[in-house]
Amino acid sequence: MCETCGCSDGARTTITNLTAGGAARAGGHDHAPVHDHVHDPARHHRHEHGHDHPHDHVHLPDGTVVELQESVLAKNDQLAARNRAWFDGREILCLNLVSSPGAGKTTLLERTIREAGARHRFHVIEGDQATANDGERIRAAGAPVVQINTGTGCHLEADMIARALGELAPPFRSVVLIENVGNLVCPALFDLGERSKVAVVSVTEGEDKALKYPHMFQAADLVLVNKIDLLPHLRFDLDACLANIRMVTPHADVLQVSATTGAGLGAWYDWIAARCAVHQALCDLPDRDGPGARRGGGEKPTA
Amino acid sequence: MHELGLTREIVAMVAGHAGGRRVRRVVLEVGTLAGVMTDAVAFCFDAVAEGTALEGAVLEIRRVEARGRCRRCGAEFVRETLHSPCACGSFDVEGLTGAELRVLSYEIGAPEAAAEGQGA
Ligand SMILES: Nc1nc2c(ncn2[C@@H]2O[C@H](COP(=O)(O)OP(=O)(O)OP(=O)(O)O)[C@@H](O)[C@H]2O)c(=O)[nH]1
Ligand SMILES: [Mg+2]
Ligand SMILES: [Zn+2]
Ligand SMILES: [Zn+2]
Ligand SMILES: [Zn+2]
Ligand SMILES: [Zn+2]
Repeated sequence: MCETCGCSDGARTTITNLTAGGAARAGGHDHAPVHDHVHDPARHHRHEHGHDHPHDHVHLPDGTVVELQESVLAKNDQLAARNRAWFDGREILCLNLVSSPGAGKTTLLERTIREAGARHRFHVIEGDQATANDGERIRAAGAPVVQINTGTGCHLEADMIARALGELAPPFRSVVLIENVGNLVCPALFDLGERSKVAVVSVTEGEDKALKYPHMFQAADLVLVNKIDLLPHLRFDLDACLANIRMVTPHADVLQVSATTGAGLGAWYDWIAARCAVHQALCDLPDRDGPGARRGGGEKPTA
Repeated sequence: MHELGLTREIVAMVAGHAGGRRVRRVVLEVGTLAGVMTDAVAFCFDAVAEGTALEGAVLEIRRVEARGRCRRCGAEFVRETLHSPCACGSFDVEGLTGAELRVLSYEIGAPEAAAEGQGA
Protein backbone atom coordinates (compact mmCIF):
# COMPACT_ATOMS: atom_id res chain seq x y z
CA MET A 1 0.00 0.00 0.00
CA CYS A 2 1.06 3.54 -0.66
CA GLU A 3 1.38 4.95 2.85
CA THR A 4 0.66 8.51 1.79
CA CYS A 5 -2.67 8.07 0.08
CA GLY A 6 -3.72 4.65 1.38
CA CYS A 7 -4.06 3.17 -2.08
CA SER A 8 -3.05 -0.45 -2.43
CA ASP A 9 -0.63 -0.36 -5.32
CA GLY A 10 1.36 -3.46 -4.44
CA ALA A 11 4.33 -1.52 -3.07
CA ARG A 12 5.56 -4.55 -1.14
CA THR A 13 5.26 -6.92 -4.04
CA THR A 14 8.41 -8.07 -5.78
CA ILE A 15 8.64 -9.53 -9.25
CA THR A 16 11.59 -11.70 -10.24
CA ASN A 17 12.33 -12.92 -13.73
CA LEU A 18 13.94 -16.27 -12.98
CA THR A 19 14.55 -16.99 -16.63
CA ALA A 20 16.53 -13.80 -17.21
CA GLY A 21 18.99 -14.45 -14.43
CA GLY A 22 16.95 -13.86 -11.32
CA ALA A 23 17.56 -10.19 -10.65
CA ALA A 24 14.88 -9.12 -8.21
CA ARG A 25 13.14 -5.94 -9.12
CA ALA A 26 11.41 -3.93 -6.46
CA GLY A 27 7.80 -3.55 -7.43
CA GLY A 28 5.45 -0.80 -6.45
CA HIS A 29 6.00 2.58 -7.86
CA ASP A 30 7.44 1.71 -11.23
CA HIS A 31 4.03 2.28 -12.77
CA ALA A 32 4.18 6.01 -12.36
CA PRO A 33 2.64 6.88 -15.73
CA VAL A 34 -0.68 5.57 -14.47
CA HIS A 35 -0.53 6.34 -10.79
CA ASP A 36 0.67 9.85 -10.23
CA HIS A 37 2.39 9.89 -6.87
CA VAL A 38 2.64 13.55 -6.23
CA HIS A 39 0.77 13.91 -2.98
CA ASP A 40 0.42 17.64 -3.10
CA PRO A 41 -3.25 18.05 -2.16
CA ALA A 42 -3.56 20.92 -4.59
CA ARG A 43 -2.71 18.55 -7.39
CA HIS A 44 -5.05 16.00 -8.68
CA HIS A 45 -4.29 12.51 -7.45
CA ARG A 46 -4.74 10.44 -10.54
CA HIS A 47 -6.02 6.88 -10.21
CA GLU A 48 -7.14 4.39 -12.79
CA HIS A 49 -10.65 4.19 -11.42
CA GLY A 50 -12.37 4.99 -14.65
CA HIS A 51 -14.55 7.67 -13.15
CA ASP A 52 -14.48 11.39 -13.73
CA HIS A 53 -13.52 13.69 -10.95
CA PRO A 54 -16.04 16.44 -11.47
CA HIS A 55 -14.91 18.34 -8.39
CA ASP A 56 -12.11 19.87 -10.41
CA HIS A 57 -14.55 22.48 -11.60
CA VAL A 58 -17.38 22.37 -9.07
CA HIS A 59 -17.23 23.56 -5.49
CA LEU A 60 -19.65 21.55 -3.43
CA PRO A 61 -20.77 22.75 0.01
CA ASP A 62 -20.52 20.62 3.14
CA GLY A 63 -23.32 18.13 3.40
CA THR A 64 -23.41 17.47 -0.32
CA VAL A 65 -23.93 13.79 -1.05
CA VAL A 66 -21.93 12.68 -4.07
CA GLU A 67 -23.27 9.62 -5.88
CA LEU A 68 -20.40 7.36 -6.83
CA GLN A 69 -21.95 3.93 -7.60
CA GLU A 70 -18.54 2.42 -8.19
CA SER A 71 -17.46 -1.15 -7.58
CA VAL A 72 -14.71 -1.45 -5.01
CA LEU A 73 -13.04 -3.86 -7.42
CA ALA A 74 -13.36 -1.50 -10.39
CA LYS A 75 -9.68 -0.67 -10.59
CA ASN A 76 -8.65 -4.33 -10.57
CA ASP A 77 -11.41 -5.24 -13.01
CA GLN A 78 -10.24 -2.59 -15.48
CA LEU A 79 -6.64 -3.73 -15.32
CA ALA A 80 -7.81 -7.34 -15.71
CA ALA A 81 -9.80 -6.36 -18.79
CA ARG A 82 -6.69 -4.76 -20.20
CA ASN A 83 -4.68 -7.93 -19.55
CA ARG A 84 -7.42 -9.97 -21.21
CA ALA A 85 -7.35 -7.78 -24.32
CA TRP A 86 -3.58 -8.07 -24.39
CA PHE A 87 -3.80 -11.88 -24.23
CA ASP A 88 -6.49 -11.96 -26.87
CA GLY A 89 -4.51 -9.75 -29.20
CA ARG A 90 -1.74 -12.35 -29.06
CA GLU A 91 -4.11 -15.34 -29.02
CA ILE A 92 -2.56 -16.41 -25.74
CA LEU A 93 -4.58 -18.74 -23.52
CA CYS A 94 -4.23 -17.71 -19.89
CA LEU A 95 -5.30 -20.01 -17.05
CA ASN A 96 -5.39 -19.00 -13.38
CA LEU A 97 -4.77 -21.97 -11.05
CA VAL A 98 -6.20 -21.67 -7.57
CA SER A 99 -6.27 -24.05 -4.61
CA SER A 100 -5.63 -24.40 -0.90
CA PRO A 101 -1.95 -24.44 0.05
CA GLY A 102 -0.37 -27.74 -0.95
CA ALA A 103 -3.11 -29.13 -3.20
CA GLY A 104 -0.47 -29.79 -5.85
CA LYS A 105 -0.48 -26.80 -8.23
CA THR A 106 3.29 -26.60 -8.70
CA THR A 107 3.68 -30.37 -9.04
CA LEU A 108 0.93 -30.32 -11.65
CA LEU A 109 2.60 -27.48 -13.57
CA GLU A 110 6.02 -29.18 -13.46
CA ARG A 111 4.64 -32.36 -14.93
CA THR A 112 2.49 -30.51 -17.44
CA ILE A 113 5.53 -28.62 -18.73
CA ARG A 114 7.55 -31.81 -19.00
CA GLU A 115 4.83 -33.90 -20.66
CA ALA A 116 2.93 -31.36 -22.77
CA GLY A 117 5.61 -28.74 -23.31
CA ALA A 118 6.06 -29.89 -26.88
CA ARG A 119 2.37 -29.24 -27.64
CA HIS A 120 2.16 -25.80 -26.05
CA ARG A 121 4.61 -23.03 -25.37
CA PHE A 122 3.98 -22.75 -21.64
CA HIS A 123 4.96 -19.60 -19.77
CA VAL A 124 4.39 -19.43 -16.03
CA ILE A 125 3.68 -16.72 -13.48
CA GLU A 126 4.22 -18.03 -9.95
CA GLY A 127 2.53 -16.31 -7.02
CA ASP A 128 3.62 -16.90 -3.42
CA GLN A 129 3.86 -14.67 -0.40
CA ALA A 130 7.59 -15.43 -0.08
CA THR A 131 10.41 -17.50 -1.66
CA ALA A 132 11.17 -18.28 -5.29
CA ASN A 133 11.04 -22.03 -4.59
CA ASP A 134 8.06 -22.76 -6.80
CA GLY A 135 9.47 -20.54 -9.55
CA GLU A 136 12.75 -22.45 -9.40
CA ARG A 137 10.87 -25.74 -9.72
CA ILE A 138 9.13 -24.43 -12.85
CA ARG A 139 12.39 -23.21 -14.33
CA ALA A 140 13.94 -26.61 -13.71
CA ALA A 141 10.97 -28.17 -15.49
CA GLY A 142 11.87 -26.08 -18.52
CA ALA A 143 9.44 -23.17 -18.87
CA PRO A 144 10.10 -19.43 -18.76
CA VAL A 145 8.85 -18.21 -15.39
CA VAL A 146 8.41 -15.00 -13.43
CA GLN A 147 8.01 -15.23 -9.66
CA ILE A 148 5.75 -12.77 -7.87
CA ASN A 149 6.15 -12.48 -4.10
CA THR A 150 3.19 -10.72 -2.57
CA GLY A 151 4.70 -10.18 0.89
CA THR A 152 1.69 -9.98 3.17
CA GLY A 153 -0.74 -10.12 0.24
CA CYS A 154 -2.88 -13.24 0.17
CA HIS A 155 -3.76 -13.20 -3.55
CA LEU A 156 -2.54 -11.95 -6.93
CA GLU A 157 -4.02 -8.82 -8.46
CA ALA A 158 -4.31 -7.75 -12.09
CA ASP A 159 -1.63 -5.06 -11.90
CA MET A 160 0.91 -7.63 -10.66
CA ILE A 161 0.12 -9.78 -13.68
CA ALA A 162 0.52 -6.78 -15.99
CA ARG A 163 3.96 -6.12 -14.56
CA ALA A 164 4.93 -9.80 -14.67
CA LEU A 165 3.89 -10.00 -18.33
CA GLY A 166 6.30 -7.19 -19.12
CA GLU A 167 9.07 -9.47 -17.84
CA LEU A 168 7.73 -12.75 -19.17
CA ALA A 169 6.96 -11.50 -22.69
CA PRO A 170 4.98 -14.60 -23.75
CA PRO A 171 4.87 -15.05 -27.53
CA PHE A 172 1.94 -15.35 -29.93
CA ARG A 173 -0.29 -18.39 -29.23
CA SER A 174 1.59 -19.42 -26.11
CA VAL A 175 -0.17 -20.62 -22.95
CA VAL A 176 0.30 -18.57 -19.78
CA LEU A 177 -0.28 -20.54 -16.58
CA ILE A 178 -0.67 -18.46 -13.42
CA GLU A 179 -0.21 -20.22 -10.09
CA ASN A 180 -2.11 -18.07 -7.62
CA VAL A 181 -1.26 -17.83 -3.94
CA GLY A 182 -2.52 -20.94 -2.12
CA ASN A 183 -5.82 -19.58 -0.78
CA LEU A 184 -9.40 -20.42 -1.71
CA VAL A 185 -10.92 -17.19 -0.44
CA CYS A 186 -9.90 -13.95 -2.11
CA PRO A 187 -8.45 -15.15 -5.44
CA ALA A 188 -12.12 -15.65 -6.32
CA LEU A 189 -12.71 -11.89 -6.13
CA PHE A 190 -9.70 -10.73 -8.11
CA ASP A 191 -9.93 -11.18 -11.85
CA LEU A 192 -6.47 -11.36 -13.39
CA GLY A 193 -7.54 -11.29 -17.03
CA GLU A 194 -7.39 -15.07 -17.42
CA ARG A 195 -9.64 -16.96 -19.83
CA SER A 196 -10.49 -19.55 -17.15
CA LYS A 197 -9.85 -20.29 -13.53
CA VAL A 198 -8.81 -23.86 -12.75
CA ALA A 199 -9.47 -24.98 -9.17
CA VAL A 200 -7.30 -27.78 -7.82
CA VAL A 201 -8.56 -29.75 -4.84
CA SER A 202 -6.74 -32.75 -3.43
CA VAL A 203 -8.35 -35.82 -1.93
CA THR A 204 -6.58 -35.23 1.39
CA GLU A 205 -8.65 -32.09 1.97
CA GLY A 206 -12.04 -33.55 2.77
CA GLU A 207 -15.10 -34.12 0.61
CA ASP A 208 -16.80 -30.82 1.41
CA LYS A 209 -14.17 -28.38 0.12
CA ALA A 210 -16.44 -27.07 -2.61
CA LEU A 211 -19.23 -26.43 -0.10
CA LYS A 212 -16.88 -24.55 2.22
CA TYR A 213 -15.44 -22.33 -0.53
CA PRO A 214 -18.27 -22.03 -3.05
CA HIS A 215 -17.11 -18.69 -4.51
CA MET A 216 -13.87 -20.19 -5.72
CA PHE A 217 -15.42 -23.30 -7.18
CA GLN A 218 -18.20 -21.35 -8.84
CA ALA A 219 -15.64 -19.15 -10.55
CA ALA A 220 -13.80 -22.15 -11.99
CA ASP A 221 -14.34 -23.58 -15.48
CA LEU A 222 -12.40 -26.70 -14.55
CA VAL A 223 -11.95 -28.51 -11.24
CA LEU A 224 -9.01 -30.90 -10.97
CA VAL A 225 -9.37 -33.45 -8.19
CA ASN A 226 -5.72 -34.23 -7.47
CA LYS A 227 -3.74 -36.90 -5.58
CA ILE A 228 -6.08 -39.71 -6.56
CA ASP A 229 -3.08 -42.06 -6.19
CA LEU A 230 -3.63 -41.70 -2.44
CA LEU A 231 -7.23 -42.90 -2.48
CA PRO A 232 -6.40 -46.48 -1.41
CA HIS A 233 -4.80 -45.11 1.75
CA LEU A 234 -7.55 -42.70 2.73
CA ARG A 235 -11.06 -42.80 4.02
CA PHE A 236 -12.26 -40.44 1.35
CA ASP A 237 -15.65 -40.59 -0.33
CA LEU A 238 -14.80 -39.58 -3.89
CA ASP A 239 -18.42 -39.74 -5.04
CA ALA A 240 -19.49 -37.37 -2.27
CA CYS A 241 -16.67 -35.01 -3.20
CA LEU A 242 -17.73 -35.04 -6.87
CA ALA A 243 -21.40 -34.57 -5.94
CA ASN A 244 -20.51 -31.54 -3.82
CA ILE A 245 -18.52 -30.01 -6.65
CA ARG A 246 -21.40 -30.65 -9.05
CA MET A 247 -23.81 -29.00 -6.59
CA VAL A 248 -21.77 -25.81 -6.34
CA THR A 249 -20.75 -25.57 -9.97
CA PRO A 250 -23.02 -27.61 -12.24
CA HIS A 251 -21.33 -26.47 -15.46
CA ALA A 252 -17.64 -26.84 -14.66
CA ASP A 253 -15.60 -29.67 -16.12
CA VAL A 254 -14.23 -32.04 -13.48
CA LEU A 255 -11.19 -34.30 -13.96
CA GLN A 256 -9.56 -36.75 -11.56
CA VAL A 257 -5.78 -36.67 -11.71
CA SER A 258 -2.56 -37.48 -9.94
CA ALA A 259 0.21 -34.99 -10.51
CA THR A 260 2.79 -37.44 -9.15
CA THR A 261 1.83 -40.61 -11.03
CA GLY A 262 0.43 -38.83 -14.07
CA ALA A 263 -2.91 -40.65 -13.87
CA GLY A 264 -5.66 -38.73 -15.67
CA LEU A 265 -3.36 -36.00 -16.91
CA GLY A 266 -3.98 -36.85 -20.57
CA ALA A 267 -7.50 -35.48 -20.16
CA TRP A 268 -6.06 -32.29 -18.64
CA TYR A 269 -3.72 -31.81 -21.61
CA ASP A 270 -6.62 -32.41 -23.96
CA TRP A 271 -8.65 -29.84 -22.04
CA ILE A 272 -5.89 -27.27 -22.51
CA ALA A 273 -5.61 -28.11 -26.21
CA ALA A 274 -9.38 -27.79 -26.68
CA ARG A 275 -9.41 -24.46 -24.83
CA CYS A 276 -6.57 -23.21 -26.99
CA ALA A 277 -8.38 -24.14 -30.17
CA VAL A 278 -11.61 -22.45 -29.07
CA HIS A 279 -9.79 -19.38 -27.83
CA GLN A 280 -7.74 -18.98 -30.98
CA ALA A 281 -10.82 -19.42 -33.15
CA LEU A 282 -12.59 -16.70 -31.17
CA CYS A 283 -9.59 -14.43 -31.41
CA ASP A 284 -9.41 -14.96 -35.16
CA LEU A 285 -12.97 -13.81 -35.78
CA PRO A 286 -12.82 -10.36 -37.35
CA ASP A 287 -14.98 -7.42 -36.29
CA ARG A 288 -16.24 -8.54 -32.96
CA ASP A 289 -16.11 -7.09 -29.50
CA GLY A 290 -14.74 -10.05 -27.60
CA PRO A 291 -11.38 -11.75 -28.01
CA GLY A 292 -9.64 -10.46 -31.09
CA ALA A 293 -11.32 -7.07 -31.08
CA ARG A 294 -7.96 -5.61 -30.27
CA ARG A 295 -6.05 -8.12 -32.32
CA GLY A 296 -2.42 -7.24 -32.50
CA GLY A 297 -3.01 -4.23 -30.32
CA GLY A 298 0.48 -3.26 -29.32
CA GLU A 299 -0.38 -1.65 -26.01
CA LYS A 300 1.63 -3.17 -23.19
CA PRO A 301 -0.45 -4.34 -20.25
CA THR A 302 1.97 -2.71 -17.86
CA ALA A 303 0.01 -0.66 -15.37
CA MET B 1 -7.62 -11.03 5.04
CA HIS B 2 -8.63 -9.37 1.80
CA GLU B 3 -11.04 -7.11 3.72
CA LEU B 4 -8.12 -4.92 4.74
CA GLY B 5 -7.05 -4.44 1.12
CA LEU B 6 -10.64 -3.80 0.07
CA THR B 7 -11.08 -1.22 2.82
CA ARG B 8 -7.93 0.55 1.64
CA GLU B 9 -9.34 0.50 -1.86
CA ILE B 10 -12.61 2.05 -0.62
CA VAL B 11 -10.75 4.81 1.21
CA ALA B 12 -8.39 5.50 -1.72
CA MET B 13 -11.27 5.54 -4.20
CA VAL B 14 -13.39 7.98 -2.19
CA ALA B 15 -10.44 10.17 -1.18
CA GLY B 16 -9.31 10.36 -4.80
CA HIS B 17 -12.80 11.19 -6.00
CA ALA B 18 -13.29 13.84 -3.32
CA GLY B 19 -10.18 15.56 -4.63
CA GLY B 20 -8.76 16.78 -1.34
CA ARG B 21 -12.01 17.68 0.44
CA ARG B 22 -12.99 16.09 3.74
CA VAL B 23 -15.50 13.26 3.67
CA ARG B 24 -17.74 12.57 6.67
CA ARG B 25 -19.85 9.68 5.51
CA VAL B 26 -19.47 6.79 3.10
CA VAL B 27 -22.28 4.49 2.03
CA LEU B 28 -21.18 1.05 0.96
CA GLU B 29 -23.38 -1.63 -0.55
CA VAL B 30 -22.43 -5.26 0.08
CA GLY B 31 -24.38 -8.27 -1.15
CA THR B 32 -24.87 -11.10 1.32
CA LEU B 33 -23.00 -13.44 -1.06
CA ALA B 34 -20.27 -11.00 -2.12
CA GLY B 35 -17.61 -12.98 -0.31
CA VAL B 36 -16.81 -10.05 1.96
CA MET B 37 -17.11 -9.97 5.75
CA THR B 38 -18.74 -6.63 6.48
CA ASP B 39 -17.70 -6.81 10.16
CA ALA B 40 -14.08 -6.95 9.09
CA VAL B 41 -14.49 -3.97 6.73
CA ALA B 42 -16.16 -1.95 9.49
CA PHE B 43 -13.40 -3.01 11.89
CA CYS B 44 -10.60 -1.87 9.55
CA PHE B 45 -12.25 1.30 8.34
CA ASP B 46 -11.34 3.75 11.12
CA ALA B 47 -7.71 2.72 11.15
CA VAL B 48 -7.39 2.81 7.36
CA ALA B 49 -9.14 6.20 7.15
CA GLU B 50 -6.81 7.75 9.69
CA GLY B 51 -4.65 10.44 8.15
CA THR B 52 -6.76 10.58 4.96
CA ALA B 53 -9.66 12.79 3.86
CA LEU B 54 -11.93 10.17 5.41
CA GLU B 55 -10.52 10.36 8.93
CA GLY B 56 -13.36 10.18 11.43
CA ALA B 57 -15.94 9.46 8.74
CA VAL B 58 -18.92 7.21 9.37
CA LEU B 59 -19.13 4.06 7.25
CA GLU B 60 -22.67 2.94 6.53
CA ILE B 61 -22.97 -0.58 5.15
CA ARG B 62 -26.15 -1.60 3.36
CA ARG B 63 -26.63 -5.31 2.82
CA VAL B 64 -28.26 -6.52 -0.37
CA GLU B 65 -30.25 -9.73 -0.20
CA ALA B 66 -29.03 -12.43 -2.58
CA ARG B 67 -31.66 -13.54 -5.07
CA GLY B 68 -31.38 -16.13 -7.80
CA ARG B 69 -33.36 -17.55 -10.68
CA CYS B 70 -33.56 -21.24 -11.34
CA ARG B 71 -32.33 -22.14 -14.80
CA ARG B 72 -34.56 -25.22 -14.83
CA CYS B 73 -37.98 -23.93 -13.72
CA GLY B 74 -37.49 -20.17 -13.78
CA ALA B 75 -38.48 -19.59 -10.13
CA GLU B 76 -36.89 -16.69 -8.26
CA PHE B 77 -35.87 -17.10 -4.64
CA VAL B 78 -33.61 -15.86 -1.85
CA ARG B 79 -30.25 -17.65 -1.70
CA GLU B 80 -28.83 -18.40 1.72
CA THR B 81 -25.64 -19.74 0.18
CA LEU B 82 -24.14 -19.91 -3.30
CA HIS B 83 -25.31 -23.50 -3.51
CA SER B 84 -28.83 -23.21 -2.12
CA PRO B 85 -31.02 -25.28 -4.42
CA CYS B 86 -34.28 -24.14 -5.96
CA ALA B 87 -37.49 -25.61 -4.49
CA CYS B 88 -37.63 -27.82 -7.60
CA GLY B 89 -34.36 -29.43 -6.54
CA SER B 90 -32.09 -27.87 -9.16
CA PHE B 91 -28.73 -26.43 -8.17
CA ASP B 92 -28.40 -24.66 -11.49
CA VAL B 93 -29.19 -21.14 -10.33
CA GLU B 94 -28.37 -17.83 -11.94
CA GLY B 95 -27.36 -15.17 -9.42
CA LEU B 96 -29.44 -11.99 -9.75
CA THR B 97 -28.31 -9.99 -6.75
CA GLY B 98 -26.04 -10.54 -3.78
CA ALA B 99 -22.59 -10.05 -5.31
CA GLU B 100 -22.59 -6.24 -4.91
CA LEU B 101 -19.52 -4.53 -3.51
CA ARG B 102 -19.98 -0.89 -4.37
CA VAL B 103 -19.47 2.56 -2.93
CA LEU B 104 -22.90 4.12 -3.44
CA SER B 105 -22.16 7.65 -2.27
CA TYR B 106 -20.21 9.82 0.10
CA GLU B 107 -20.94 13.06 1.93
CA ILE B 108 -18.66 16.09 1.80
CA GLY B 109 -17.67 17.78 5.05
CA ALA B 110 -15.66 17.45 8.25
CA PRO B 111 -16.86 14.69 10.61
CA GLU B 112 -19.83 15.66 12.79
CA ALA B 113 -17.84 15.22 15.98
CA ALA B 114 -15.10 17.59 14.77
CA ALA B 115 -17.66 20.17 13.62
CA GLU B 116 -19.41 20.10 17.03
CA GLY B 117 -16.06 20.47 18.72
CA GLN B 118 -15.37 23.60 16.73
CA GLY B 119 -18.80 25.08 17.53
CA ALA B 120 -18.43 24.63 21.30
N1 LIG C 1 0.63 -38.36 -3.49
C1 LIG C 1 0.55 -37.22 -4.17
N2 LIG C 1 1.20 -36.14 -3.71
C2 LIG C 1 1.12 -35.01 -4.43
C3 LIG C 1 0.40 -34.92 -5.65
N3 LIG C 1 0.50 -33.66 -6.12
C4 LIG C 1 1.27 -33.01 -5.25
N4 LIG C 1 1.65 -33.80 -4.23
C5 LIG C 1 2.49 -33.46 -3.09
O1 LIG C 1 1.83 -32.45 -2.33
C6 LIG C 1 2.79 -31.54 -1.78
C7 LIG C 1 2.43 -30.12 -2.20
O2 LIG C 1 2.52 -30.03 -3.61
P1 LIG C 1 2.78 -28.64 -4.36
O3 LIG C 1 2.76 -28.96 -5.82
O4 LIG C 1 3.96 -27.96 -3.82
O5 LIG C 1 1.46 -27.88 -3.94
P2 LIG C 1 1.04 -26.37 -4.26
O6 LIG C 1 -0.43 -26.36 -4.49
O7 LIG C 1 1.89 -25.82 -5.34
O8 LIG C 1 1.38 -25.67 -2.87
P3 LIG C 1 1.48 -24.08 -2.55
O9 LIG C 1 2.19 -23.45 -3.71
O10 LIG C 1 2.26 -24.07 -1.28
O11 LIG C 1 0.08 -23.63 -2.38
C8 LIG C 1 4.15 -31.99 -2.29
O12 LIG C 1 4.77 -32.74 -1.31
C9 LIG C 1 3.80 -32.82 -3.50
O13 LIG C 1 4.75 -33.82 -3.76
C10 LIG C 1 -0.29 -36.10 -6.10
O14 LIG C 1 -0.96 -36.14 -7.13
N5 LIG C 1 -0.17 -37.22 -5.31
MG1 LIG D 1 3.03 -24.05 -5.37
ZN1 LIG E 1 -0.71 6.72 -3.96
ZN1 LIG F 1 -6.25 -11.90 -0.48
ZN1 LIG G 1 -10.24 7.97 -8.27
ZN1 LIG H 1 -36.31 -24.60 -10.04
